[in-house]
Amino acid sequence: MSRPIRVLVAKPGLDGHDRGAKVVAAALRDAGMEVIYTGLHQTPEMIATAAVQEDVDVVGLSVLSGAHMTLFPRVRALLAEQGRDDILITGGGIIPAEDMAALEALGVGKLFGPGTPTTDLIDYIRSWFAAREPQGT
Amino acid sequence: MNDRTAELLAAFDAGRIAALARVVSIIEDQRAGHEAVAAHCHPRVGRARRIGLTGPPGAGKSTLTTLLAETYLAQGLRVGIVAVDPTSPFTGGALLGDRVRMEKVALHPGLFIRSMATRGSLGGLAAMTREVCDVLDAFGLDRILVETVGVGQSELDIARLADTSAVILVPESGDAIQTLKAGVMEIADCFVVNKGDRPGADRLCNDIEVMLGLRGGAALAGIPAHHGVDLKAANPKARARAAAARDDAESWTPPVLRTIGATGEGVPAFVTALDRHFAYLERSGALRERRRMRLRERVRDLVERSVRRRLWHDAALTAWLEAELPGLERGESTPQVVAEALLARSVAAGTLTERTP
Ligand SMILES: Nc1nc2c(ncn2[C@@H]2O[C@H](COP(=O)(O)OP(=O)(O)OP(=O)(O)O)[C@@H](O)[C@H]2O)c(=O)[nH]1
Ligand SMILES: [Mg+2]
Repeated sequence: MSRPIRVLVAKPGLDGHDRGAKVVAAALRDAGMEVIYTGLHQTPEMIATAAVQEDVDVVGLSVLSGAHMTLFPRVRALLAEQGRDDILITGGGIIPAEDMAALEALGVGKLFGPGTPTTDLIDYIRSWFAAREPQGT
Repeated sequence: MNDRTAELLAAFDAGRIAALARVVSIIEDQRAGHEAVAAHCHPRVGRARRIGLTGPPGAGKSTLTTLLAETYLAQGLRVGIVAVDPTSPFTGGALLGDRVRMEKVALHPGLFIRSMATRGSLGGLAAMTREVCDVLDAFGLDRILVETVGVGQSELDIARLADTSAVILVPESGDAIQTLKAGVMEIADCFVVNKGDRPGADRLCNDIEVMLGLRGGAALAGIPAHHGVDLKAANPKARARAAAARDDAESWTPPVLRTIGATGEGVPAFVTALDRHFAYLERSGALRERRRMRLRERVRDLVERSVRRRLWHDAALTAWLEAELPGLERGESTPQVVAEALLARSVAAGTLTERTP
């Protein structure tokens, strides 16, 4: 029996609104995923704590503040501390291509720039999950 | 039990949160190894108090759940929250948003929050919510708070899971009070009128009390005590209310409380009411009765689920049923006859007693 993919969607940082994160959360839900939405102003500690408790497969972060180079690795490190470096960390925001590459080298998943259709993210998560998850679990 | 499961359960026993979370998933998804995990948990179940919060969408269930959690954490207790939201019947996806309101306590090391999607269940909970509560209980949490989906009147599964069910209402639900009579009235161990800062809260409290028979209708309202004759003392409903409020009462009458989520006003009284209800359950034997009923239902659910699976996974039976359909269409046989014959065949073939994966 297949199970739904579980995704945590959060908006870290002190800036702005969570419209983008909400759109992504709704799109993932409409794609059949179970989306845990935690809202605005999430610290890396809050994100990692929620991700572990919810046993998600994927963490999706919307980062507009420019703090991506610290935020993504920090979340990944906190997850690793609890033995959960298997969780895919993805997301998007205004992130220069070279930073995306640098983050990928640090073990962060693919990141998506502004204006990317949500279907790209959905396809990416689905194929990542299919490749990772053995049949039957 | 395979090595991976044994390793996981050792981490669970050692109190690792990641292991707890994974055990919950194994139960929720009925993944491989779920029987072993459930068997491991079962002997440790029964310490936690399970409190259900139900009520219409936006009534303040998450807000009050958080305030209760805060109180229990301050008492040094460990708390689990299970928050249920609906799965979309069209896509199978779900947006689980209750954590947004729980931010205040989210980082407390004594708290574990888990969001669950209903995955097709209609009773206000997910099919596995009860089993997930068992896991949290076995892990050693002291209080388990279960927030149902925002419900109407028919989603009453919470009463089959909780030791104490609290129904949360808001002044805006005043007009819905008549429709509440069915079902909800029976499952409520405690009524909470939240958003007490809004107009109509006192009236709603009063209406609920009238409905519970704790108050006379308008007849006696506003008549002052006269010449030393206390009308309230002569009023059997008021007497019943006073008796029910005593700490040694043999029966339980649901209290009606007023809270304000934003300020926490009324929450201490809510906590006290929950404690008093639990004390009543213990004293009266109702706790043992409720928990026994829960176990009985649990076994029955498992039997029904596995009968269903074994029957409809039996290819020969399914083929036989298909072959019967033309005769049914022609009116040569009846559904009852076919059903009985199918059951007889399954018994003869050992379908129901054979263990299939
Ligand atoms: N005015 C007022 N607003 C409140 C009160 N308690 C909660 N709210 C607000 O009501 C809204 C809904 O609160 P929640 O706690 O999310 O309600 P809920 O019952 O969990 O909602 P669902 O899970 O969506 O069914 C939020 O915006 C709260 O801030 C209160 O006592 N007074
Ligand atoms: Mg809620």
